[in-house]
Amino acid sequence: MVHGELWTLKELFVYPNEYIYWAIQIVMYPFMTGLVAGAFVLSSLYHVFGIKQLKDLAQFALVFSFALLGAAPMPLLFHLQQPERGFNVFLTPHFTSAIAAFGVVFFSYSALVASELWLLYRRHLVEMALKLRHRASKNVSDVFGMVLYNVLTLGSYDIDEEALHKDERAIKVLAAAGIPLALFLHGYAGFIFGSVKANALWMTPLMPVIFICSAIVSGIALCMLTYIVMMEFRKFMASRRRDTLLYRQTHPTVSRAEIGGVEIHVIRMTAKYLLFFLIIAISLEVLDLIFRGYTAVKSWDVLREVIYGKDFASIFILQYGLGNLVPFVLLVIPRLTVRRAILGTALILFGVFMMRWNVVIGGQAFSLSFAGFMHYDLPIIPVDIDTYREGLFGALTILAMPFALFAIFAKIFPVATPELGLSSRASDDRTIPSSVYQRS
Amino acid sequence: MITRREFLKTSLAGAAGAAISLAAIEMVDPGKVLAAAVQPEKNARWAFLIDSTKCVGCGLCVKACKLENGLPFEANISPTWVERYILTNGGELFADSPKAGRDGYTSKRVDLGMGKYQVVDKSDTKKAFFVPKLCNHCENPPCVQVCPVGATYRTPDGVVLVDKSWCIGCGYCIMACPYGARFIDPRTRTAGKCTFCYHRITKGLKTACVQACPFGARQFGNLNDPNDPVAKTIMTQRVVVLKDEYGTKPQAYYLGLSKEVR
Repeated sequence: MVHGELWTLKELFVYPNEYIYWAIQIVMYPFMTGLVAGAFVLSSLYHVFGIKQLKDLAQFALVFSFALLGAAPMPLLFHLQQPERGFNVFLTPHFTSAIAAFGVVFFSYSALVASELWLLYRRHLVEMALKLRHRASKNVSDVFGMVLYNVLTLGSYDIDEEALHKDERAIKVLAAAGIPLALFLHGYAGFIFGSVKANALWMTPLMPVIFICSAIVSGIALCMLTYIVMMEFRKFMASRRRDTLLYRQTHPTVSRAEIGGVEIHVIRMTAKYLLFFLIIAISLEVLDLIFRGYTAVKSWDVLREVIYGKDFASIFILQYGLGNLVPFVLLVIPRLTVRRAILGTALILFGVFMMRWNVVIGGQAFSLSFAGFMHYDLPIIPVDIDTYREGLFGALTILAMPFALFAIFAKIFPVATPELGLSSRASDDRTIPSSVYQRS
Repeated sequence: MITRREFLKTSLAGAAGAAISLAAIEMVDPGKVLAAAVQPEKNARWAFLIDSTKCVGCGLCVKACKLENGLPFEANISPTWVERYILTNGGELFADSPKAGRDGYTSKRVDLGMGKYQVVDKSDTKKAFFVPKLCNHCENPPCVQVCPVGATYRTPDGVVLVDKSWCIGCGYCIMACPYGARFIDPRTRTAGKCTFCYHRITKGLKTACVQACPFGARQFGNLNDPNDPVAKTIMTQRVVVLKDEYGTKPQAYYLGLSKEVR
């Protein structure tokens, strides 16, 4: 069986060599890079444009963006037929290819996010390094932590007011420079598809722009969702802790209601930005669809059959209906509740995933002959390495990766929580979040 | 503490040092290196000529190709293939290429895919014909353009080849080809395609499919040789190429092509 044959069903006239070569992992790839870019843009809204209400989410989004970044190249590695040669892209980048830019874009972007993260957490890193260094009796994990934090300080222990002020300015510059880079990282993923002239569905200059807008939508949605989950966990913990008086005395902490107050405030604020980008994304997609129908070039006959026929359910019901319209209504109704936000953001993530699916799989749903169709049959049960990495479980592995990385990173870079203080600047104030003060 | 001036000085010196040492490294385009390593026929520009009016759909070319290039005979991919087109009296078009046309078209059953077949009776047939296809070895090959590692390249004598030891198997070239000429070679798990039997033509032999065609439907020649009969036909007859609109400048020319051909 040749590559692609296992999950491709051919109907009518399809060329003999045609299969769905770009399968689930290529759906995952733009989905993941989109989340990276979106999370970064969200964090920059605070750092660059000074949207104070997003302060809580900004720090969290940056750490999350870094975790997502670590997982972003994984779908490509899973997809390659020769993954051990993946490094060739860096050895002999062939710059007429959109994929060749991956190395340059990915590493420069990673470097930028890492720098911003370092500056943002420098004070925390130094404090931890010094604290562990001066601890009288150290166990193994203390020694490990000490080495780790000392290495992470990069030898810079200067955390007086002036130095921190400089850090803040540098963060602002990096965050500003990061926006075009983040958009480029994802825009070029759109370019990979949009520039394939052989593919009638993909080829449109709008593709990078559509990808960027939906990327921001998905990034914000994921950050909101993860943030809610985290805060709900905090609330749960807070309500448990109140049970013991001793704990409350030794660990002064904020109440369940206070955390909830901060949470809903942040969510309502962020939801507005989410809706704004969602409107742009949908407008562009609809514009593309109308334009194709109106110009009706040679490929339109087969495209129409795919869009309004074969893929109708996954495009209009799952993507536009369940993934765009329903969450739009959920989020736009006033007095947004946490429960509504969870459902809305989850549906938006699903919608963006379906958009990637409909582009990548939909683009291969018709033959280059324009006289036949191909159906994708996602391998579910992994029976060998190919059905694993190009199947459901391969995709789930990729999906789980950023959360695993985030769990590790969040240990080193504590993200905004009411107990820790909402920014690193306030991290010594371990009692009540600054935004709680602001609210009251 | 380091001052701003010192920092800038050190950084500049470091950058300058790095630039000097990096200048010694040449950016290698593997395509160019590989193309230089092949020994092309002097001043040749290979081209393919297909007279589709002569094709009877016997499939010998497909068999010969698979054998010559050592591809698994049963694998459902092929560097070359033969398509069948049937236009009914009612104006309905049927087309198929089961097993790349390898076993010849001996039955009136048209393969509709998904396990369905349709028998088109002779009396209901307005016109029917066969079209052999293969890689067009485009002058402006989109597959070469999109290869992220430069593993696929165009030789000086106009043949598009793949370095199977460098290809990462991303499939971008397969996506970029408007003709469906590329596939994943099951032996190497890298991109595979028609090579114009480069190992043969550089030794003065014909391609395996041309050699195997009993009717002269497939011909091969050198466009730079004014005495080459194939070159003469391409220059003087009314030839067309497939999917001209993509701007790929194909080097496989067709005689007697019908508008139904996809």
